Amino acid sequence: MVEDIRLTQRRTDTTEDDSERDLHTEHQILNMGPSHPATHGTVKFLIELDGESIVDLDIQVGYLHRGFEKECESGTWYQAIPYTDRLNYNSAILANLGYCLAVEKLLDLETPERCQWLRVLGGELSRLGDHLTRCGAACLEMQAMTPFLYGIQARELCWDLQEELCGARVTSNYVRIGGVKHDLPPSFPALYRENAARIRTLLADFDDVVTSNRIFVDRVRGTGILSKEDCIRYSVTGPLLRAAGVPYDIRKAEPYLVYDQIDFDVPIGEVGDNYDRYLVCVEEMHQSLKIADQCVEKLEALGPGPVNVDDPRVRWPAKNRVFNRMEELIQQFKSVTEGPRVPAGEAYTAVESANGELGFYVVSDGSAVPYKVRCRPPSFINLQPMPKMVKGDLLADIIPTFDFINMIGGECDR
Amino acid sequence: MEDFGSTALRRLLEVHGSSVRHTHANLGDATVVVDPTHIVEVLRFLRDDGELEFEMLMDVTAVDYVEEEPRFEVVYHLYSLARNHRVRVKARVPEASPVIDSAVDIWPSANWMEREVFDLYGVRFEGHPDLRRILLYDEFEGHPLRKDYPKERRQPLVGPRN
Repeated sequence: MVEDIRLTQRRTDTTEDDSERDLHTEHQILNMGPSHPATHGTVKFLIELDGESIVDLDIQVGYLHRGFEKECESGTWYQAIPYTDRLNYNSAILANLGYCLAVEKLLDLETPERCQWLRVLGGELSRLGDHLTRCGAACLEMQAMTPFLYGIQARELCWDLQEELCGARVTSNYVRIGGVKHDLPPSFPALYRENAARIRTLLADFDDVVTSNRIFVDRVRGTGILSKEDCIRYSVTGPLLRAAGVPYDIRKAEPYLVYDQIDFDVPIGEVGDNYDRYLVCVEEMHQSLKIADQCVEKLEALGPGPVNVDDPRVRWPAKNRVFNRMEELIQQFKSVTEGPRVPAGEAYTAVESANGELGFYVVSDGSAVPYKVRCRPPSFINLQPMPKMVKGDLLADIIPTFDFINMIGGECDR
Repeated sequence: MEDFGSTALRRLLEVHGSSVRHTHANLGDATVVVDPTHIVEVLRFLRDDGELEFEMLMDVTAVDYVEEEPRFEVVYHLYSLARNHRVRVKARVPEASPVIDSAVDIWPSANWMEREVFDLYGVRFEGHPDLRRILLYDEFEGHPLRKDYPKERRQPLVGPRN
């Protein structure tokens, strides 16, 4: 006891000296990833920390690099479509669509109206699934299990619809050059109405537990801010750019397919923090459902019609004719083994994917094999300014920021 | 959109005519091929000019025209939020010295895009602050998107790094 007092005494004596002397502190380097339980993407962060504050961040990507562009240069134009499914595997139809629109631009094809509505429908279901994953997983990684389950349940319903439409839940391979794989099945509208109503209920439940939840709001409001000007300088697109207050949405700016005939709004945020990104995504889900409603109505009103362009370069003959007639058999054989010859030239098309501007720059030398297929990956480009978003924030803020950037390894690393 | 694009091309020809080698608007994509030594001033002009305002660099990539000379074509896609138009800027660099000036000073987003082009095509960007490989690892040999890189080629095994 006496000793204790003496120790305390001595400490008080030296307090002044201690404060004068510079304590030995140094920045700590922390390795996070490439496979970290709180990030849903294979990426490695090298974080320089001062206590718990982030001083610097180096992002290392490429763990999922599979040589997408190289692989595309060795098959036919058709054979690249399944690879595009695996870019952003949360919203495969949007990637199919981006690639096919670029090739159609080179071929100078105009797809039938019914096909365009089907593509919009597929694309919006994809976007809905992608945003549900983003918001659900973000909650999970911030230790909220319940909203994650709501989100994933809604995604299941959304994937059921995609399965009904394309025959596959995730890697849909639905959009084809000059059309889509097949028309809407007759059972689709009824299933759509049932599932859409349930998805809306789940979105309301999700909203109830998350949007004004104190813990959630504390973690996302004011974190990961990227200003409007920085978004533009860093080429950021999609919900991140809109959360910062720029109403840039390719569906409105350069309407492709039939988006100019559809009634929907583009939500924007104010400050560009994670909370704004969350609110923008939630509203976009409602808008996607609104667009899908209009698509289903329109498809029912349109009645049966062609879903593939009637052009001999890309048309696949009907199966019953392939099995019974020589001409069609030969055409089928040539379509499969050789694929279409695409006129020489170059084309760039951009579609609004769930993450932002998904661009495809394709170059053809006039042969049946792509000369170059470049995918402009929104995840890759949106991830780049992440150090700017989190510098000065706490280590824990990396999680919501990374979640709302929604880096998808398949698309980022290609 | 063609109208905006051709306005951009005309304006560029007026001011930087000597740097421009060729323009076209095939398939509606306004395209300009420029002298690689003037790439930075052309890009800066496109961003800063009051009539053009291409404030976003959407993409940087390259194409390997293996049988032509100059061999590599660096391709930039720009977009203007204010005026909602696009332009594509291209410049050819030779195989012997595949070097072009970096656009990082104009758009910080060029950083990763140029690193990717360097990684996959081996085109060097002069003045880039941090020109490392990005998708592949440092020990990777060659540049895989070059047409003379065989798809089946094996890479040497590398051990763990600290």
